[in-house]
Amino acid sequence: MFGKLTWDAIPLHEPIAWITGLIVILVILAVLGWITIKGWWPYLWGEWITSTDHKRIGVMYIVLALVMLVRGFADAIMMRAQQSLAIGASQGYLPPEHYDQIFTAHGTIMIFFMAMPFVIGLMNFVVPLQLGVRDVAFPTMNNVSFWLTASGALLVNVSLVIGEFARTGWLAFPPLSEKAFSPGVGVDYYLVALQIAGVGTVLTGVNFVTTILKIRAPGMSYMRMPIFCWTALATNLLILAAFPVLTATLALLMLDRYLGFHFFTNTGGGNSMLYMNLIWVWGHPEVYILALPAFGIFSEVAATFSGKPLFGYRSMVFATLAICIISFCVWLHHFFTMGAGADVNAVFGIASMIIAVPTGVKIFNWLFTMYGGRVRFTVPMHYLIGFMITFAIGGMTGVLLAIPPVDFLVHNSLFLVAHFHNVIIGLVVFGVMAGYTYWFPKAFGFTLDERIGKAIFWCWFIGFYLAWMPEYALGFMGATRRLQHISDPSWTPYLTVALIGAVVILLGIVLTAVQLIYSIRTRDRRRDITGDPWDGRTLEWLTLSPPPHFNFAVLPDVHGEEAYWTRKLTAIREERLIEEPKYEDIEMPLNTPTGVICAFFASICGFAVIWHIWWLAILGLIGAFAIFVWYAWRDEHEHIIPAEEVARIEGERRRIRGELLKTLTMPA
Amino acid sequence: MDANRCQGDGTRAASHAGAARRTVFAAGLIVLTAGCDRGVLNPVGPVGHAEKMILINSTAIMLAIIIPTMIATVAVAWWFRSGNKKARYRPDWEYSGSIELVVWSIPALTVLLLGGIAWIGSHDLDPAKPLPSKTAPLTVEVVSLDWKWLFIYPDQGIAVVNQLVVPAGTPVRFKLTSATVWNVFFVPQFGTMIYTMPRMTTELNLQADRQGVYDGLSAHYSGAGFSGMNFKVHAVPPQQFAAWAQGARGKGTALDGNAFAELMKPSSYVKPITYGAVAPRLFEAIVANRVPASPVPPQQPNQPVSGSGA
Amino acid sequence: MSASEAAAVGLTHGASEDTGLGHRGPESKSIVVPYGFWLFVLSDIVLFSALFATYASLAHATDGGPASNQLFDRSLVAIETVALLLSSFVCGLAMIAAKRRNMVWTQVWLFVTGALGAVFLAIELYEFAHMISIGAGPQRSAFLSSFFTLVGCHGAHVTAGLMWIGTMMAQVWAKGFRPHIIRRLLCLSIFWHALDIIWVAIFTIVYLIGTLP
Repeated sequence: MFGKLTWDAIPLHEPIAWITGLIVILVILAVLGWITIKGWWPYLWGEWITSTDHKRIGVMYIVLALVMLVRGFADAIMMRAQQSLAIGASQGYLPPEHYDQIFTAHGTIMIFFMAMPFVIGLMNFVVPLQLGVRDVAFPTMNNVSFWLTASGALLVNVSLVIGEFARTGWLAFPPLSEKAFSPGVGVDYYLVALQIAGVGTVLTGVNFVTTILKIRAPGMSYMRMPIFCWTALATNLLILAAFPVLTATLALLMLDRYLGFHFFTNTGGGNSMLYMNLIWVWGHPEVYILALPAFGIFSEVAATFSGKPLFGYRSMVFATLAICIISFCVWLHHFFTMGAGADVNAVFGIASMIIAVPTGVKIFNWLFTMYGGRVRFTVPMHYLIGFMITFAIGGMTGVLLAIPPVDFLVHNSLFLVAHFHNVIIGLVVFGVMAGYTYWFPKAFGFTLDERIGKAIFWCWFIGFYLAWMPEYALGFMGATRRLQHISDPSWTPYLTVALIGAVVILLGIVLTAVQLIYSIRTRDRRRDITGDPWDGRTLEWLTLSPPPHFNFAVLPDVHGEEAYWTRKLTAIREERLIEEPKYEDIEMPLNTPTGVICAFFASICGFAVIWHIWWLAILGLIGAFAIFVWYAWRDEHEHIIPAEEVARIEGERRRIRGELLKTLTMPA
Repeated sequence: MDANRCQGDGTRAASHAGAARRTVFAAGLIVLTAGCDRGVLNPVGPVGHAEKMILINSTAIMLAIIIPTMIATVAVAWWFRSGNKKARYRPDWEYSGSIELVVWSIPALTVLLLGGIAWIGSHDLDPAKPLPSKTAPLTVEVVSLDWKWLFIYPDQGIAVVNQLVVPAGTPVRFKLTSATVWNVFFVPQFGTMIYTMPRMTTELNLQADRQGVYDGLSAHYSGAGFSGMNFKVHAVPPQQFAAWAQGARGKGTALDGNAFAELMKPSSYVKPITYGAVAPRLFEAIVANRVPASPVPPQQPNQPVSGSGA
Repeated sequence: MSASEAAAVGLTHGASEDTGLGHRGPESKSIVVPYGFWLFVLSDIVLFSALFATYASLAHATDGGPASNQLFDRSLVAIETVALLLSSFVCGLAMIAAKRRNMVWTQVWLFVTGALGAVFLAIELYEFAHMISIGAGPQRSAFLSSFFTLVGCHGAHVTAGLMWIGTMMAQVWAKGFRPHIIRRLLCLSIFWHALDIIWVAIFTIVYLIGTLP
């Protein structure tokens, strides 16, 4: 009746797991209770949960990412602590059965449920505004994408209290991940959660490629698009081309585990090398899916806070597309030590280095963006400079790893782990933190506190170097990754410094929460009245903060690159705003519960599949299909915002802008 | 543009620049003094030496580019801070053909150079390539198990668990496989590591030029007992090796099907075991999955792996 | 300043010289929806590519069991193929009828499309059942796992397509030929034709090459 599910699934023998789970459940109940008492459910349901507004969906993605950052980082601190304690005679406080789940969960959560949602959330919020349009191509599908991602995150976290998580590492290589060596439900949680979230991600890819290519303001040709939109385009092309490979590969592993197929097994002719190839064909483009939006954010930040256009815009576009294409040609560098032979290794090594060329060009172009500018050291600018320094090291170690004979020495070592944390923290984390700070006022109408923001940056920057430079050293000393126990006591000082670094980063994360709460409490001091707090150059700064539901009363006409900047300069020079438009009714898509209900059934189905509760799985599938048919049956797709309402909102914006215009002068 | 905008403070920028530089220097110092005595930066054989050379040379080449870039980043940001009236503001300067040529050329040329090193290095140091030597190579067959290493000496007719003895100055031809899941055979001071995979054979050629005791490990996570897969490698004079192999022969247990079935039972942190006899073509049988072996029991929670810690 | 002067400096609306798009501003839904759906179909083709790559890698991993030239029946495959190709043609007829707002013929042709798809599926299921009964099921070897998965994944897509056809027949009947219904029919026909393209690849790579003497 309940498949494999019994009361034994609750991990009472592992106090850390069930106590944490209990606390989390209590916190969630408390939050839900508080929302109920305050009567916020109608607001949350109508304005957020069922929203098809890209701005709302973007914020929800980022909220998910920040929550998962806490979970993923808790795993990281536990790992650092274990490695600092379990040296020599001591086995630490985490037995392998638990530790191995923690490092698997850490990687899975940070990549799929922290980094991905963060960049997708930022792209969601910003891209339609920068393109000068009202929403993405498929707003309902956007909502569904978010909720499916949330469903995957939910399942991974449920594994903490019901059952177990995978103990295979975040990519679940076979044969270890096959039934013979991982008979528990852990790998199934991993597979099902990622398959559900993966569907959401592919739909995001469809949405954004269509939006960027087909839905832009009048006059916005390709070469007039903001650079962030170019990187968003490249990212979503990568998503479309790479994620189906992940779906296929994980499905093959599921077929092995559930139906006894022989794709990757040790018997029946299975070939585990095939999995290695397939998963990395997805895996390498995945890291560029994370990297490219961060590059885009830094391009915007560099231009805005230097008071200059981005240097070499066309070069940057070309470099972005080159990275997009080449990222599909390098996957074998993840397993040089599999013995494919010198020719194959060398070709992939050289291809991997070639990707460093457009990347290096970008660094130089940001440098020359600042050159001749008027650099303002805001929090996002801190992240830019911190990134340029840190990423140089990470890129260098990446090129080192791309040389097969060097990789033969440091593959799978802490040197490798330091390299990818170097680029992920130095580029992706710094990038999303910069983007979060930069676009926060647009989303909420006030800026975040600047002093705490700088403190957060220094925590991440200093913490990163303390945590990871020793790990580079340890890699050279022969330390491999994923060790639950350290046999060489001479590594102790390095591991201790690494733990201190992790604690410094933890401080940064705590300060992020403090900053948010404090900034909300004191928001009246930092109101963004005009909608353009940073003297921006792209169209999102044309709107008030937060923008109205429809973004723009009329879609802006785009003349030249830097659509908003040219318009601003024209207004200053002519000392008047653009003439008042003729207002018309605006049609906006309706809200819909399709996403959250579909994700609900997907979660039910997923949980049932994991625990072999087949009747429930079928019910879940039927439910998910039914909600789609119900959605497809509706006759009303849009609601109208009447022209008078538009006129009123736009009138207010023009009044505020008029006031602002009186204070502005041409840049000298 | 006049502003009620957030303005950076120039003096704070200077301290940012200084702090950043100090951090980078400190980090570099840590990296440089690392790997002192037992890691890949202290190789004892030709393979490890060649690889270390490539590592050092490539790092030096790249540092020559990234260090000036990092310094320039901080310097440019600091000089062009908005409070600095001496800096010339060029708000429309966004393209320069000559700069584009240079910024594309620098990485391209670097990659050309390193690419050449990668091509030549990959071929010279291909793991399957036999090492040039006047001495005849020693063959060692390596099997990774859960969670220990089995080293079979087919020509000497002996086998050892979790201890590798090799004659110094003699090239060793490894043939490797796994009886269970993927692992990586790695002796950092010897150089190249390679995967061990079930039903497949990989090849590796290494040599220890210096006598000594070296650390070996598995460098690919393989399950609960993974951390206990360390082993010691003894590089001894050739006569001493021959004496050891001769002396071990015929003594102790024989590594037959039953003994191998015992080995297949999961255990970790296993102390070295020497087998005085080995079933003929045992390695080939393991690769072909024709050795009778007891199935691996599923991992129960809270089950301590046998063998003491360290 | 005059209107044209104002336009020249960008102070009026509707004066941008748009480039890069066929006409000003965002494209209409009748372009955007099928475009997005094509992108989805392309991503689905990537999924099939991964399965094709898997099949190619494992095509000879028979583990001593039956191989392709012992298992596949070309005549059955020929009937399947004709059924599927014909269903694509009929799907085209359905789209023409829909364009002409002809309810009866739209429903008839949609039904025939589905029926031919069902014939295809029935033959495929028969083939699978037969293979399983003679010990050549997907658990027998890696080759068979990859065969059943590649062909089965296509069959699963056909099944989904049949469910979609049924849903569209009901929607067209209930709501008539409204613009969004027509767009959905267009997406359905894109999907159905794409399945045909995949099938051509499958019967070439799996069945024809697999039964070469």
